[in-house]
Amino acid sequence: MSRLHPLCFIVVFALLSGVARSAPYTPQSDDQVLERLPFKATASEGRELRQLRRALAEQPQNMDRALALARRYFDLASAEGDPRYVGYAEAAIRPWSNLTEPPLQVLVLRALLRQYRHEFDPALADLTRAAELDPGNAEVWSWRSAILLVQADYSGARAACDRLARVASALLASACSTAVDGLSGSSAQAYAELATALARRPDADPDLKLWIQTRLAEMALRQGKDELAERHFKAGLALGVSDGFILAAYADFLLDHERAAEVVPLLRDWERSDILLLRLALAEQAAKLPAAPAHVAMLKERFDASALRGDKLHQQEEARFHLYLQGDASGALRLAEENYRVQREPRDARILMEAALAAKQPQAARPALEWLRASHYEDPLYAGLAQRLTGGAR
Amino acid sequence: MSRWLAALLLFASFAVEAHKPSDSYLHLKLEGARITGQWDIALRDLEQAIGLDANGDGEITWGEVRARHADIAAYALARLSVDGDARSCPLQVTGHEVDQHSDGAYEVLRFAAECETAPAAIEIGYRLFFDFDAQHKGLLNLEYQGRIQSLVFTPERSRQRFEPGELSAWRQFLSYGREGVWHIWIGYDHILFLLSLLLPAVLLWDERQWLPVARFGVAFLDVFKIVTSFTVAHSITLSLAALGVISLPSRLVESAIAASVVLAALNNLIPLVGGRRWVVAFFFGLVHGFGFASVLAELGLPRNALVLALVGFNLGVEAGQLTIVAAFLPLAYFLRAGWFYRRVVLFGGSIAIVTVAMIWLIERALNLKLISA
Repeated sequence: MSRLHPLCFIVVFALLSGVARSAPYTPQSDDQVLERLPFKATASEGRELRQLRRALAEQPQNMDRALALARRYFDLASAEGDPRYVGYAEAAIRPWSNLTEPPLQVLVLRALLRQYRHEFDPALADLTRAAELDPGNAEVWSWRSAILLVQADYSGARAACDRLARVASALLASACSTAVDGLSGSSAQAYAELATALARRPDADPDLKLWIQTRLAEMALRQGKDELAERHFKAGLALGVSDGFILAAYADFLLDHERAAEVVPLLRDWERSDILLLRLALAEQAAKLPAAPAHVAMLKERFDASALRGDKLHQQEEARFHLYLQGDASGALRLAEENYRVQREPRDARILMEAALAAKQPQAARPALEWLRASHYEDPLYAGLAQRLTGGAR
Repeated sequence: MSRWLAALLLFASFAVEAHKPSDSYLHLKLEGARITGQWDIALRDLEQAIGLDANGDGEITWGEVRARHADIAAYALARLSVDGDARSCPLQVTGHEVDQHSDGAYEVLRFAAECETAPAAIEIGYRLFFDFDAQHKGLLNLEYQGRIQSLVFTPERSRQRFEPGELSAWRQFLSYGREGVWHIWIGYDHILFLLSLLLPAVLLWDERQWLPVARFGVAFLDVFKIVTSFTVAHSITLSLAALGVISLPSRLVESAIAASVVLAALNNLIPLVGGRRWVVAFFFGLVHGFGFASVLAELGLPRNALVLALVGFNLGVEAGQLTIVAAFLPLAYFLRAGWFYRRVVLFGGSIAIVTVAMIWLIERALNLKLISA
């Protein structure tokens, strides 16, 4: 055995490749673009934002100006999906939100900002106080019902819809109530009611139509009508409104139906969204595409960065990431359990059940099974998961 | 569109989040009275604060950032204070670079602070961007005496006090000693190398076969020679590398360590250097010393107690090593005469070690990840 051989190899290989690591650097050229801003300063959005900022700077004690700017920031946070604007909005209304009795409009906006950060109970407390100040405020009731739906409090959500019905149009009231019914065992009736309502209003806003098509698709899925669901997804996408919600829901549908290859062109340009990037990576892995490892690494980097600051906004996605892209069932289960304490939408229950199955700890899925039983949620896929879990427990 | 519909459309549990909220990454390194700092600040945030996009085209170029370096430094450093023992340590810019984080490009601001004396207590005041972003966080890594402490600054916690608590020389010595013990225990490559050399110590290669040694003293002497020469060798290179006299690329060192394990175990299967394994231990011990040195470099050596820390770490390594030997030798001596020891432990074990170490060698030499070491 010659001692030389391995050492020769080592030297050769050591020379062959350098180690590539991200580190601070000095760009070569002044023209190198380092960062692209959400919009140009000269564009109308940028101008409007600058005007609102300047107006507030002139009169820092003017609450209406602060609210106008904060509202604009909140809308941007939702539209651009950029949580930085939530921090900006909070800072703009800080002088009033720090008061012991914040004014109505500040309470409402603070509730929206809090729910954005998944602080649901403080958000509900703000809405409760706001409803006391102004019981006829449609926005307060609609947000209340939306938050209670996420917490799976269907009777509370329905009560909020009833209050909304007194102050809003019939169409909006039925959109609110069918959203609750569709989750609690009556998706057939809810589907029929919502479909009729949509047919009656061909003039409706494209945003509203998109939302209704997504909900109809989900209700059809719950009844096991997959083809009908896909027709609604496609009708929604054909409206040409860019919306992450429908893209994610349709991507999940395709992934569930082993049509991963179709997900890739759908989400190719959505890397910047954590939620859609997860689905893209899942699809690329399922279709064994070479882009998968890079996207998995990108997701890991994003989850690591938010862990560093102590954020837990995307635990549902992070749980799916651990379960399906890292093969870490116990880590996924821990995240899914923690997530389910805060968020209880069907998707949250699903990842909890899937992680519990994979980790061979069926008892951990109990909260999800209890929800499934109590809500009468109908989706056959969920029933299948529940059956495997209870079978496994026996 | 009515606002209530917005509630349903834009509901946040499914909002498309493209970015994360704003953070800055601050790294401070305390060395006596001097503090060096690196502060990574998002260009997005600097744009919001002082405006970087000079031509308003929605793109921030290196030229635009470079033109504003002085403003960036003035803006940022005015919002950071470092006090040593309640006396301000003035901050001085030392350089500008850029870096990429998960959510975009960052200015990398390098600076230094000079306190009057090495402070017993440090108070850091952080208020960057808090005026316009209530969700901004400053993530601080504070490095001192080879340790790193993490602190998070928020608008609610914008001042934080920290006491490096000058570790006593003895505590420092112990702490490096512990690291040394820990490193040999979790450094499987070092353990496997040593075990490969020790496995035949209770046997004798004679007439092309392994025979058990007659007396414990023989085995003990063999083990003693191997362990001593390994220790002397790696202490030499560990010290030279830690003091900066010699430095080798870590990939070369790590690969050579893996190769040493392969060769040591192969020697048990095809004995070439039967009685002179202590020479092998010495030769490769030199390589392993460089491996220990890289661990020590990661820990950081305190300037004021360099030799103390070095000796502490080295003694820790020896102590860790001796416990392994103490557990191994009596057991091996007890089992030495049986079929099990020669066939399963020596032969099977060596084959297993060769396999694992070969994988390490390939991984390290090619920079691959096959198994986790």
